[in-house]
Amino acid sequence: MSQRTAEASAHRLAQETKPSTVKKRADLALNNDFLRKAVRFTTERLRDGKQKAANDHGHWEEWRERGRQIRLHTIAHLDYYLNLFADNARANGTHIHFAATGEEAVRISLEIAERKKASSVVKSKSMVTEELHLNHALESIGVETVETDLGEYIIQLAGETPSHIIIPAIHKNRYQIAELLSKEAGEELLPETTILAGFVRRKLREKFLEADIGMTGCNFAIAETGSMVLFENEGNARMVTTVPKTQITLMGMERIIPSWSDLEVMATLLPRSATGQKLTVYMSGISGPRRKEDGDGPEEQHIIILDNGRSEQLGDPEFQELLNCIRCGACLNACPVYRHIGGHAYGGTYSGPIGAVLTPALNKNVDQWDDIASASSLCGACYEACPVKIPLHDMLIYLRRRKVERGYGDKAEGAGMKGFAAIMSKSQRFSAVMKLGRIGQKLLVRDGGIPSKLGPLKGWNNYRIAPKLADQSFREGWKGLKQELGKSSKPMEPAMLKRMEAVLKNRKTGLQGGGGHG
Amino acid sequence: MKVSLFITCVSDAVFPRVGEAMARLLARYGVELDFPEVQTCCGQPAFNSGYWNEARAAAVTIIRAFEDSDFVIAPSGSCTGMLHHYPKLFEHDPIHLAKAQELQQKSYEFTQFLVQVLGVTDLGAVFPHRVTYHPSCHGTRILGIKDEPMLLMQNIKAMELVPLPFAEDCCGFGGTFAVKMSDISGAMVTEKSDHVLETEAEILTGLDMGCLMNIAGNLRYRNQPVRVMHLAELLYEGVNGA
Repeated sequence: MSQRTAEASAHRLAQETKPSTVKKRADLALNNDFLRKAVRFTTERLRDGKQKAANDHGHWEEWRERGRQIRLHTIAHLDYYLNLFADNARANGTHIHFAATGEEAVRISLEIAERKKASSVVKSKSMVTEELHLNHALESIGVETVETDLGEYIIQLAGETPSHIIIPAIHKNRYQIAELLSKEAGEELLPETTILAGFVRRKLREKFLEADIGMTGCNFAIAETGSMVLFENEGNARMVTTVPKTQITLMGMERIIPSWSDLEVMATLLPRSATGQKLTVYMSGISGPRRKEDGDGPEEQHIIILDNGRSEQLGDPEFQELLNCIRCGACLNACPVYRHIGGHAYGGTYSGPIGAVLTPALNKNVDQWDDIASASSLCGACYEACPVKIPLHDMLIYLRRRKVERGYGDKAEGAGMKGFAAIMSKSQRFSAVMKLGRIGQKLLVRDGGIPSKLGPLKGWNNYRIAPKLADQSFREGWKGLKQELGKSSKPMEPAMLKRMEAVLKNRKTGLQGGGGHG
Repeated sequence: MKVSLFITCVSDAVFPRVGEAMARLLARYGVELDFPEVQTCCGQPAFNSGYWNEARAAAVTIIRAFEDSDFVIAPSGSCTGMLHHYPKLFEHDPIHLAKAQELQQKSYEFTQFLVQVLGVTDLGAVFPHRVTYHPSCHGTRILGIKDEPMLLMQNIKAMELVPLPFAEDCCGFGGTFAVKMSDISGAMVTEKSDHVLETEAEILTGLDMGCLMNIAGNLRYRNQPVRVMHLAELLYEGVNGA
């Protein structure tokens, strides 16, 4: 067993023994100071960069809306654009394969590798291949698979999975990375970026030259010319798509955009949202295999278009917009939960807010949904950060609701909510509960607050002292307050009255009242 | 002109002084508040947890309570934001849907009402303290309340307003989230309090008692004597002290 396959099986073991709930996985992260510090450091840098890039752009909100409209239109007509893309790509000489499931996509990839008698594959970054666990499948038939994106390479050496959509090794600091690479190098490498990157560059150069197959993901597929477009910063995707004789590209079926002019909008939104870059360092548009007049490029090019649960979202008014995602990772960088627990706690290939919605949406395991969908305070930072305005915070609620509707809700919580509905449907009951609470809390109040960690108070009071119920509720004091204010009442200021009347008039004629009243 | 107070269940039960401050401040401009006693809770805990039938039971009481009101004002961006979700909640119930849309249109968070409707930005308050402000997520992101509280605070005399680092990050409350995912929530509120303490402010203010209760609880747990108050309370104290 080679060192790498040994690591791969260690990785599989780690995956299988991974704690089964978000809560337990989050606890691992919360107790890992290295991880929390590394994730905080990088997400802060990325979101500050994004904020600056959006401000510098000057018309960010308008472009966000343009991006959203392009994605909405494409997904609404996805069948048309997919066919157009496939026809044009085939005309370019590309082999197009449609895979309904992950297993099918893996099978197609392995068949190509076997037919080509491939012994090694070099890969540029691709989340879809992570979704398929394709590296392990290739290694199981004896094909060496090497990640060539620096972050992915580090993760592969560590036998882990990416914990961020665009920064796979975000949870590691450079000392940990130096240790990993030193082991691979067989000598001690100093934890300096140039030294570490220099080692990887030398190492990977050999791999590029040896590889039989180059494997890539796809950022955008252009329907009008059947082209695929890759965004990257390291130049490794260029090597992957020019040196090996065979190229395989895996893409989710939603990666399509209609035209090159739409790419301009995406090329403006994606790098700025992802890393704060105005442009990505390398943007490659590839239309078919190598032609006679080309200096380089693969002799054979395959594009595998993957469904794997995506088409389930089409026609679902609550989740179709999930397919608009351009995988920039901005929602992860903005998320205050991700900031504390990192990506592995989410338990799926895709992490952060998009992962919390996408993973359950792509899988039909309703009974497990709420676990991951519950790990959000619904603050909406993800929506605010999203360059195509996907309402992830609303989708998290829809997931929770669907789980309850299908009978997989937590029993105790369900009973609690029934009680809530009974109390809140009659104000007399609510008043009575407040009175009972005041009697009940007498034993627990210390110095004006409730520090007890008994029963349901534990979660809250492990980090806080709960406030006590007021001695008199607002409604109980209202009569007195109203009387008191009535004594000194005065007429409304005419200017204000006028403004209020204007608001009412606008409302009646259908004009909006004020800001934020969308 | 009927201006009704939607007190919200948290302020009703735990922080009645917030509603009192609102009523007293508005009385200064001759705005007489109405308080429909049939109101209960907006239903957000059930809505956010996925129990929409139960949320509708609460929502119906709110819709009924404010049917005759011209303006509905609440000391919370989150609970006002919940009223904006009512049309979705009743999307398959045409009768309540129409009422929900009407309610959404006439509901305002307190500072929105002061600034947008009444046109008041300077209440003549004097408040000689070092203060920091936490912009709650739902008010900021669902309702777009950003300028209103800033305008009101900038016009308070003698007050030193210190920017809160990472102000836009959620405090970790999230309703039932704080109990269900208590350790994640605990990490979030601890970080929020750290930032509050960095400002060396005497007072933390905001527009949502849910979030403020969360941060105050953590500060108190850590024996930190930062006073936490709703902006309505702060303004009222400032007006009285002037």
